[in-house]
Amino acid sequence: MTTIFRGLGALTASNSFDSKKLQLPSPRSFSERKASFLLVRSDGSVNLNLGSNSRARRAEQLITNAVATKADGSAASTASKPGHELLLFEALREGLEEEMDRDPTVCVMGEDVGHYGGSYKVTKGLATKYGDLRVLDTPIAENSFTGMGIGAAMTGLRPVVEGMNMGFLLLAFNQISNNCGMLHYTSGGQFKIPIVIRGPGGVGRQLGAEHSQRLESYFQSIPGIQMVACSTAYNAKGLMKAAIRSENPVILFEHVLLYNLKERIPDEEYICNLEEAEMVRPGEHVTILTYSRMRYHVMQAAKTLVNKGYDPEVIDIRSLKPFDLYTIGNSVKKTHRVLIVEECMRTGGIGASLTAAITENFHDYLDAPIVCLSSQDVPTPYAGTLEEWTVVQPAQIVTAVEQLCQ
Amino acid sequence: MALAHLTSSSRSNLLKPSPPSYPTLILSAVRSPPPPTPLLSRLPFRSLLTNASLLPAPSRPLLKSLFLSSATWLRCGGWRSPPILYKAKLIRGFCHLYDGQEAVAVGMEAAITKKDCIITAYRDHCTFVGRGGTLLEVFSELMGRQAGCSNGKGGSMHFYRKDAGFYGGHGIVGAQVPLGCGLAFAQKYSKGETVTFALYGDGAANQGQLFEALNISALWDLPVILICENNHYGMGTAEWRASKSPAYYKRGDYVPGLKVDGMDALAVKQACKFAKEHVLRNGPIILEMDTYRYHGHSMSDPGSTYRTRDEISGVRQERDPIERIRKVILAHDLATEKELKDFEKEIRKEVDQAIAQAKESPMPEPSELFANVYVKGLGTEAFGADRKEVRAVLP
Repeated sequence: MTTIFRGLGALTASNSFDSKKLQLPSPRSFSERKASFLLVRSDGSVNLNLGSNSRARRAEQLITNAVATKADGSAASTASKPGHELLLFEALREGLEEEMDRDPTVCVMGEDVGHYGGSYKVTKGLATKYGDLRVLDTPIAENSFTGMGIGAAMTGLRPVVEGMNMGFLLLAFNQISNNCGMLHYTSGGQFKIPIVIRGPGGVGRQLGAEHSQRLESYFQSIPGIQMVACSTAYNAKGLMKAAIRSENPVILFEHVLLYNLKERIPDEEYICNLEEAEMVRPGEHVTILTYSRMRYHVMQAAKTLVNKGYDPEVIDIRSLKPFDLYTIGNSVKKTHRVLIVEECMRTGGIGASLTAAITENFHDYLDAPIVCLSSQDVPTPYAGTLEEWTVVQPAQIVTAVEQLCQ
Repeated sequence: MALAHLTSSSRSNLLKPSPPSYPTLILSAVRSPPPPTPLLSRLPFRSLLTNASLLPAPSRPLLKSLFLSSATWLRCGGWRSPPILYKAKLIRGFCHLYDGQEAVAVGMEAAITKKDCIITAYRDHCTFVGRGGTLLEVFSELMGRQAGCSNGKGGSMHFYRKDAGFYGGHGIVGAQVPLGCGLAFAQKYSKGETVTFALYGDGAANQGQLFEALNISALWDLPVILICENNHYGMGTAEWRASKSPAYYKRGDYVPGLKVDGMDALAVKQACKFAKEHVLRNGPIILEMDTYRYHGHSMSDPGSTYRTRDEISGVRQERDPIERIRKVILAHDLATEKELKDFEKEIRKEVDQAIAQAKESPMPEPSELFANVYVKGLGTEAFGADRKEVRAVLP
C-alpha cells in the first residue's frame, strides 16, 4: 500500500527529525517544484515525482479504496501552491466548514458549539455563517443529543456531534454502542448512520481525573463503529473530512493539548484515509506504534535515539478501529521488534488490543516480545508531577527501545 | 395548571358520560347522511395545557379497515401463533406480544401517512405490520430466517422498515425517544411537514433521557409526538410501584399532554390527528394511551404473578378494542356477523400460510455474520473470534 502525501507538512512533526534519513528536499525547495508530490511506499523507500509528469504520476497513483485521497485533484497545475499555515483547531474548522459548504445535510450539534464558538474554538464562526438549524447549541444532555444525532442520521442527515470533552460521552455510551454501532446490522442494512462523534480527550494540563479520560479503550469493542485519532493539523483536517463523508459512524478522537499545533497544510482539497496508518519516520531497527499526543513524545525520543545510533521506524496508527495491520505488518516484517506507546491505560487499552493483534498475525516475524508503554492504571491526579508520571515520557521510550534492541 | 377537561362546548353531544354497563351504545343525533357516530369512549380525554377539540366521526370504510387490520394483528402479534412457535423452539429469546394494545397502533396508523415516522420499543410486531410489513417478514424474522425484515439478524425486538418510515424496534427502552426526537429534527431540517411518533411504555417513562429529549424538542420546536403506551405494568412492576406520578401525560410540565383511552381505536385516531396538527405548529406533545396487555410481558412471563386473572378477563370483557369495533360495525349494519367471521377465517389462513412460508425460508448464510457491520465499499475488515479462520474482507 502506498501512501500519497501532499505537502511536506504531513511528514514534519512539530519536533524536527533527521530528514537526511528520508532524503527529502527541504521544505522551501519543495514549494518551488511544479506540482510534484511525494510517494512514500510502505517499505520505506521514497519515490520523488519531479515536475508535471502527469502520466507517470497517474500510473503511480493508487486508489486504496473508496475514500481515496484526492491526489489527482489538481492536474498539472503549473503554479506551485505553498499551502497555508494554521493551528490544528483551525484545520478542524476548515475541514468542517468545507464539508458543510459542500453538503447541506451536514450539521453540528454539541454544547456551546454555536454562539459561544466551541469550547476549543473548533466551531467558531460557523453559527453566524450557517444559522441555528445547522449549528445547534444543545443543553447538557449527552445521552439525548447523541441519540438525536443518531436518529437524524438514520434519515440521511450527517450530524457531527461534539462532546465537549470525550469523557462526557460516557453518558451517551448506550446510544453509541447500541444504536450507533448496531443499527446498520440489526436492521439488515436498511439504516446507515453517517454520524461523526468528535471531541477532545486525553490527559491535559492538570485538568483532573474526570476530564482526562481516554475513551478509545472503552469504545473499541463496539462493533460497527470506526475510530480514528488525529495528531497533526494535516491529518486532522483530512480525517475530519473523510469522517463526515464516510457512511459509517466514526468517532474522531482529538487531544486537548494538540489544538495549538501550527503546521502548513495544502490549499487544495484532500482527504486522509480513515483506515490507514501514517508512516512518520521510516527506519530499520524497531517499529514504534503510537497515536495522538504520544506521537510527539515518540518523536522527541526518536531524536535522542538517533543520536545514540538507533534507527526507529515511527508509525502513527491513526486508525484505532480497525487497525491498519497491513502497514503495521510490513513494518514488523522489516524490523522484527515492536514498541507500542500509547496514552490509554495499561488494562484493556488500545495497546493491549494491538499487542494481541500483532502477536496473532505476525508472531513468526517477531524477535522479541512486544513492549507496550501505556499510562498507569490510575485516575489522573491533579498534581503536576504525579500527572507527568501517569503518562509515558520520552525518557521511558528511549529506555524501552534500548532494552528492546539489545 | 388546571385539568382542562374537554368542555361541553368543544365536545359536541356526540360524547356523553359513560353508560352504566358496557356495551350499550349511545347513538346521539346522527346527521342525516351517514357517516355514523363514533363509539362512546368509556374514558374521556384528559388534557394538560391543551384543549383538544374533537374531530368529526369516522367513516364506514375506516371502521371496516380498522377491524380488518386490528384483527390481523391480534392473530399475528397476538395470542395464537407466536406462543405455539415459541414452544416449538422456532422462536427463541425474547418475544413480546401486543395483544390488547392493538388499538394504539391501529388508531395511530389511521391518522397518519407513511411519510410520518414511527419509532417504538421492543413490542413492535403490530406496529411493523401497520407500517406495511408483511406477515411473512414478521414470522421469518421471529424465526431468524433470511426472509425476515432484518435478514434474520435483528429478531423480535429489531423490526425496521425504512421505506415506510418505521424506525424500530429497540431493545433498550428509553433510548428510542432521543432517536425519535432526532428523526423529528431531521424532518424539521428538511422542512417536510411530517411528524414523528416516539412510543414508549409506562416503565420507560422514568428514563432520564426522555426528559432530556423532551427539553431539547421543546426548545427547538421539533415535530415529535411522544406516546406513552401505559399498560400499567413495567414487566412485573405495577405502575403505582414504579412511578410517583402515574399521570404520564402531565410529566411534560411545560409540554402539553393528552390522556386517551387506548383501547378505543377511534379515540386514538382522533388524538393522533389532533396531535399531528398541533406539533407542526407548536412543538412537542405527550399522548398517554391508557391501554392493557393481556399476555405477560414476554413469553417467559405468565402474566399472573403480579395481577389477578380476574383483572385480565375483566378488561378483556369490558374494554377489548377489537370487540368494540366489531360491535360498532354490527350496530350500524356495516357488515354482517358472518362477514366478520369470514374475515377472521381468511386472516387466520393468511397467517398460517405466512408461517408455513416462513418455515421454508432458509437460515442466513454464514457470510451474513459479517455483512452489514460496516457500510460496504470502504474496504474495512471484520474479524471473528478466531482471526485466522473467520476473517471477512468486506468489498
